[in-house]
Amino acid sequence: MAFDKMELRDIEVWDGNFAAAQALRQCQIDVVSAYPITPSTPIVEGYSKFLADNYVEGEFVMVESEHAAMSGCIGASAAGGRVATATSSQGFALMVETLYQASGMRLPIILNVVNRALAAPLNVNGDHADMYLGRDSGWIQFDAYSPQEAYDLNFIAFRVAEDHDVRLPAMVHQDGFMTSHTAQGVYTMDDDTAYSFVGDFKPMNDMLDFEHPVTHGVQTEEDWHYEHKARQHNDLMTKVPAKIEEAFASFEKLTGRKYNQVEQYDMDDADVAVVCMGTSVETAREVATEMREKGIKAGVVGLRVIRPFPFMEIKEALEGIKAIATLDRSSPNGAAGMLFNEIAGALFNSDTKALLSGYVYGLGGRDLTKKHLVDLYTELQGNVDAGKVTTPLQQFIGVRGPKLQFL
Amino acid sequence: MLEIRWHSRAGQGAVTGAKGLADVISTTGKQVQAFAFYGSAKRGAAMTAYNRVDDKVIMNHEKYMEPDYVFVIDPAIVYTADVTIHGKENTKYIITTHLSTEELIASQPKLKGKEVHTVDCIKIAQETIGRAIPNTPMLGAFMKISGMYDIEFFKENMRRILAKLPQKIVDANMIAIQRAYDEVK
Repeated sequence: MAFDKMELRDIEVWDGNFAAAQALRQCQIDVVSAYPITPSTPIVEGYSKFLADNYVEGEFVMVESEHAAMSGCIGASAAGGRVATATSSQGFALMVETLYQASGMRLPIILNVVNRALAAPLNVNGDHADMYLGRDSGWIQFDAYSPQEAYDLNFIAFRVAEDHDVRLPAMVHQDGFMTSHTAQGVYTMDDDTAYSFVGDFKPMNDMLDFEHPVTHGVQTEEDWHYEHKARQHNDLMTKVPAKIEEAFASFEKLTGRKYNQVEQYDMDDADVAVVCMGTSVETAREVATEMREKGIKAGVVGLRVIRPFPFMEIKEALEGIKAIATLDRSSPNGAAGMLFNEIAGALFNSDTKALLSGYVYGLGGRDLTKKHLVDLYTELQGNVDAGKVTTPLQQFIGVRGPKLQFL
Repeated sequence: MLEIRWHSRAGQGAVTGAKGLADVISTTGKQVQAFAFYGSAKRGAAMTAYNRVDDKVIMNHEKYMEPDYVFVIDPAIVYTADVTIHGKENTKYIITTHLSTEELIASQPKLKGKEVHTVDCIKIAQETIGRAIPNTPMLGAFMKISGMYDIEFFKENMRRILAKLPQKIVDANMIAIQRAYDEVK
């Protein structure tokens, strides 16, 4: 069956959701099994419209829940198709059981996660609670800071996930509303160029290959379970980072847009740095530039790849920095933040004398303003000048009521 | 950096208007951003949408804005919300109303001393498009007040953006844009 190609302008004004939907169209996904949830709905809605309008040769499977949506993806991927879906928040939470199935069965499914807070209380806006919920699930996790990156990272995710040395599912994260519903200029690829980057889907151990029967979804007890999990972790630690670097390099060759596992901004001579994810990285970059005009040598580190965690790269990026702030957009609920812990772990055995402090911010979509970041950099410079962390190790930014700080 | 805040009711097309404006501006080589505050939006609920325009890539994702322009596309919102919040001294207001500018300012003293322009986008939309969708007329008024683009260039681009709508509706929108351009005071 033939399908139509779509003429795109070089720059389209797209929101993050539509950018992701266009990427799914250009990758020619065979099966999307989906259940709608705000704010990710327009991604699968977009794919289904492209399908109905004959821009894709594929199948859209409507199911009764996100658990079923990911289960459908797992079946279709095991059968031997290129598979993707999208979700957010409560839907992501309902998928969690099947996320572990997908990665354990080594199925290269792409899940667009439009980050949103987790209830209770119910909230449709963007924070990273769902992203954090997925971080031990064995998936590769990419993070987009803008609609452009939501578009680009989908192609990169397919390329990495479907590599026969990898065969692991991957999530492409974008901030709910702040990226998903924010329209910005997106540099597009034409359909042929875009498809050439991911190439034809090459099945592996597919159930529909009757000449080579395989079993999926097996049971292993203490005899083999540990070996499977260890091998999956081994591949994430040793094989995946190199494949990601390869994909980033080919993508740069194709488009001129360069991605890195750890995105550094003005870090070479920085005294103070902020480590964060999502749209906050871009806002922080703008503020860092303004801080330099005020004489504070500010830099920004953004995590592009959350899993596998780029331990060595982040250590390298931060080693010479005098004061570092980690910004977690998810309530740690009784601990220091995830980024605080990961960064502390990466730096602990190094020679760094960096002063590390953690911040929680932006829960349920609460605005992170430029003023918050100006205050934050000023506080970090204060720590540098004092030679010690002058505040408690964990503070909450932008929450109403008495200032919340711990540790 | 040019920043615009829209005040609207959910369903009046502020988001579409903001995205359409961003699309037109993008074709001239500028960088754009269009977004909105939704909450658990219900049709008729007051809401805000936003545009940012700059020569360089827009990295600022904060929702806080001190706008250069404020568009109010629902006539009652000037009384139920503070449309002057975070306004600057030179912020320009374009407000949909059946009142004259003087009557409007007298009825909402917060607008006193501000640069206020008025146009009845609701009436224009009803008479041209046949429905109270005041978003495209507001853009016509904005073209007049800002002098941003030639109105013919703007309409030509809006034709492309609205192309998925029936031809009759597209044509009606063009008349609405031109009327608001001509009628804004």
